Amino acid sequence: MPQIAQLSETFASQAFWLLIFFGLVYLVVGRGMLPRILDTVDQRDQQIAGDLLAAHNAREEAQAQERDWRQREAAARERARDIVAAAKADGAAQTAARLAEVQATLDTRLDEAEQSIATARQQALGELERVAAEASRDIVRRLTGAEVAEDEARMAVERVMQRG
Amino acid sequence: MHVVVAAPAKVDPMYQFTIEPLWGTQDWTLAGYNIAFTNSALWMMVAAVLLWVFMLGGMKRQLVPGRWQMAVESFTGFIDGMLEANIGKGGRKYLPYVFSLFMFILFANLLGLMPLGVVGVHPFTFTSHFTVTGVLALISFSIVLIVGFAKHGLKFFSLFVPHGTPLPMVPIIFPIELISFLVRPFSLALRLFVAMMAGHLLLKVLSSFVIDGGNAGPLWGGVVALPAFVLMVGISALEILVAGIQAYVFALLTSLYISDAENLH
Repeated sequence: MPQIAQLSETFASQAFWLLIFFGLVYLVVGRGMLPRILDTVDQRDQQIAGDLLAAHNAREEAQAQERDWRQREAAARERARDIVAAAKADGAAQTAARLAEVQATLDTRLDEAEQSIATARQQALGELERVAAEASRDIVRRLTGAEVAEDEARMAVERVMQRG
Repeated sequence: MHVVVAAPAKVDPMYQFTIEPLWGTQDWTLAGYNIAFTNSALWMMVAAVLLWVFMLGGMKRQLVPGRWQMAVESFTGFIDGMLEANIGKGGRKYLPYVFSLFMFILFANLLGLMPLGVVGVHPFTFTSHFTVTGVLALISFSIVLIVGFAKHGLKFFSLFVPHGTPLPMVPIIFPIELISFLVRPFSLALRLFVAMMAGHLLLKVLSSFVIDGGNAGPLWGGVVALPAFVLMVGISALEILVAGIQAYVFALLTSLYISDAENLH
């Protein structure tokens, strides 16, 4: 068994070179490279955690904005409905007012027309009486040769017309 | 001179563990001790260099890691997680040591299993020598002692009196716990050394069956060599597993012992 047979002659060499090479591994690999590799891993973990957090925050933000937008949209809809209703009411009122105005104008014109008709009728009637009185006087004069006074003739015509 | 067609293979299964000085360095000495650069030292160097090359692949420091960087990071993450689980928050300061230990032993174990004999290079498994595993175990044990006494002073001795021990039992429990504590570096060193040596021994013995059986003709080839070869394939796979497990066990026990010193119960 060489491990025992060669023990006395090789243990110093074994220990010496092991300390040299394991020491080098410890210094170069363990102390030099390992921390930087761990650093990279930690950095990556942090980056991933940060990215996840950012994504989470962004989603929250988006949701908040959507909620906000929905509220604003609802408010805008409400306002639009109000405006439409107001416009409708306004339009109806205006139409009613205009109709009333037109109606009033029409009424006055109608009244005026009726009045002028009545006047014209009155005038025509007056004219008719006068013509009738004139005609009666003329007839009386031609038939009898008597001259009838104008007032008398008119009163007679009036009496006849009222009766008839 | 007689020609031997099928000479019986004179396989000495222990020969693979022989240490030989290389390149005429057998006379190198330091303070009276021989420090010849041996085949064992050569494979320590190979393991260290390969480990360095492997780690270089993890130094690209990309945000999105490639395959190699991912492999390196999974090793560092594995040991980091182990220390975190066993020692807790203070475990990270031992990470350089435990990681170096684990990777160095793992590379040594796996390198020893490489079928490089096919190309004429014979890998030497230096973890199959208790001089090597012993030094590593002593380093781990020294760290435990230094951390324990530096952190807790003489209170570190309370480690040998488990929580809730009745007072009359203390004089009995204390020596038992002390001995089991002192045995730790030996068990640590022997476990790795024995596991590696046994595996390589078994492979070598089976390979001698394959060669001798094959040389003895078709009958013995079919009865001995073929089953032995199939068994070798299986045991080789098992040895790869053992190489990983033993490196893990060494690192795990080291971290558990450090945890004792760090947290004291």
